[in-house]
Amino acid sequence: MKLYEYEAKQLLSSYGIPVPEFGLAKTPEEAREIASRLGGKVVLKAQVLVAGRGKAGGIKFAESPQEAYEVAKGLLGMEIKGEKVNSLLVSKAVDIQRELYLSIVVDRSVGAASILASPEGGIDIEELAAKYPEKIVKVYVDPLVGLKAHHVRRVVGSMALSEEQKKALHDITLNLYRMFVELDCELAEINPLAVDRDGNLVPVDAKVIIDDNALFRRKEFAERASAELSEFEAEAKKHGFSYVELDGDIGIIGNGAGLTMATMDVVKLYGGRPANFLDIGGGARADIVEKAASLLLMHPKVKVLFVNVLGGITRCDEVAKGLVNALTTYGKGKRLVVRLMGTNEDEGKRILNGAGISAFDSMEDAAKMAVELARVM
Amino acid sequence: MAVLVDKNTYVLVQGITGREGSFHTKAMLEYGTKVLAGVTPGKGGQSVHGVPVYDSVYEAVSRHPELNTSIIFVPSAYASDAVYEAIDAGMEVVVLITEHIPVHDSMKFIRYARLRGVRIVGPNCPGVISPGESKVGIMPGHVFSKGKVGIVSRSGTLTYEVAHAITKAGLGQSTAVGIGGDPITGMSMIDMLEMFREDEETEAVVLIGEIGGDMEERAAEYIKRCNYEKPVVAFVAGRTAPPGKRMGHAGAIISMGAGDAEGKIRAFEASGVRVASTPAEVVKLLKDALRSG
Repeated sequence: MKLYEYEAKQLLSSYGIPVPEFGLAKTPEEAREIASRLGGKVVLKAQVLVAGRGKAGGIKFAESPQEAYEVAKGLLGMEIKGEKVNSLLVSKAVDIQRELYLSIVVDRSVGAASILASPEGGIDIEELAAKYPEKIVKVYVDPLVGLKAHHVRRVVGSMALSEEQKKALHDITLNLYRMFVELDCELAEINPLAVDRDGNLVPVDAKVIIDDNALFRRKEFAERASAELSEFEAEAKKHGFSYVELDGDIGIIGNGAGLTMATMDVVKLYGGRPANFLDIGGGARADIVEKAASLLLMHPKVKVLFVNVLGGITRCDEVAKGLVNALTTYGKGKRLVVRLMGTNEDEGKRILNGAGISAFDSMEDAAKMAVELARVM
Repeated sequence: MAVLVDKNTYVLVQGITGREGSFHTKAMLEYGTKVLAGVTPGKGGQSVHGVPVYDSVYEAVSRHPELNTSIIFVPSAYASDAVYEAIDAGMEVVVLITEHIPVHDSMKFIRYARLRGVRIVGPNCPGVISPGESKVGIMPGHVFSKGKVGIVSRSGTLTYEVAHAITKAGLGQSTAVGIGGDPITGMSMIDMLEMFREDEETEAVVLIGEIGGDMEERAAEYIKRCNYEKPVVAFVAGRTAPPGKRMGHAGAIISMGAGDAEGKIRAFEASGVRVASTPAEVVKLLKDALRSG
């Protein structure tokens, strides 16, 4: 799960990495109060999880508490790439002389943590990699051995810094790595890590992503994660489904992530638009299938529900029972297309036939039918 | 011949007394897999479908010295301990079915396994099957048949889909390996391509990839670099997946501008790999490839 900037900065601070003093404002009044407490020029930053808020006008400066109030009025409630701004980070403006880049990420290719450092910062790492590939230092840390002094020397040595700044970067790197490991981070990024007028290293922006699979031992984040979900996402999660909202009109249910993704792709290939992705996982019984199908049939955007099940540990008769039950209750005005294959296939097809549904053998044929139905409805 | 598992594979089931462990022990026995022992700490002395249960892997190994492969059904919070135990007790292949293992844990035990020369399949995978010889996994055995195609896949049911079509076409599989849907896995596509390259029975390889990471790109680069002698056909799931969303698998996410399906398909095509646009098309491309040699 992605953390907000203010959460990331709280974590940095708790790991001994000094961040500019800030407060969180949910109203213009709070913004004014924080600005007056901080004194001088402040920056107000929209707290959203989508990238690119700066370009979208989500970061503004204010010279006085009253101006902070006015700016906050404009920022709070605005939408940035579909995400509503509910709070603002209000912080002392940093007089930036230089911008550096520092992050630690789980590197999938090597299966280890990788520290990325660059004397050029302030832009996305993707852009950085395209613009100054030669200036990025990549240091792999063996997960069994952990961070060693030579790793840190390479990071520190990659940037032109004074002795005092080197010492500061050394500490920041050590602490960031400790946080990365202790909090099960997928990413811990400080960008830019600014050098201010006094020569201090100051994290101006920070991004932290916590491994979803580790939330069971990171309870403090787990609660936030569930509070963030939409109504449909929360309901899907409650039943253990993987669910992703898309923008079409064909609901997709499959068993297994790969098969469900492929089902989505095939629908698109034949000119249809998937409304969502719902993976019921392995071994789902009738009641679970019924819940999944009901959820999508209730969804206002879904016109056609396309169910693609390849039975292994999932039994086709259980799937059929669940679908028929869901259809009886929630099927009004919706169409159902089913592809069933595998364990207890004949029994499953017999149950569907009894409810007037004929199942397909091939996912490609079924997808064509789903697309055609959605088109004429 | 086959790779990873064959008729000389002697299997230990870790987490055998759990619902999944017990169910799949039965299914593996029915398939003909030589399941010799199971482990659940604290439940030693019981038996599950006639398979004796021990308290530790060490105990199981001392009673059944033939054991060389472990399959793990232990819940995610305890799975990593089970992997270390299997490695320390001398297992050569560890098939890790468990889903939702924290990536910081899997990073460590995968590294440890590498250093110890142990092959880990998974985590979050359906396992390995060499049809007619051994099934160490949760896949439905009947969709597979003995034959000449090696399958490597990041997915479960999508593998069955493709395997079924390959079976129906009369080509069959030498070995099918589900390497898992996590961001970091033990065996990679390249590891499996190397094994299939040496395997006489395997005449062609099917790679089933999906969005996220760069394993497909690296496999493509390997195929090109070594001038891979056997034809390779690929399918990549997630062409229509939106960026930044996790599509069911922990590893299936387009992030930081990398890992989308188009990039993987382009990389495969540039390496002479035939890429199917639907799962059904895999068989057609396989037939073409095998015909043209």
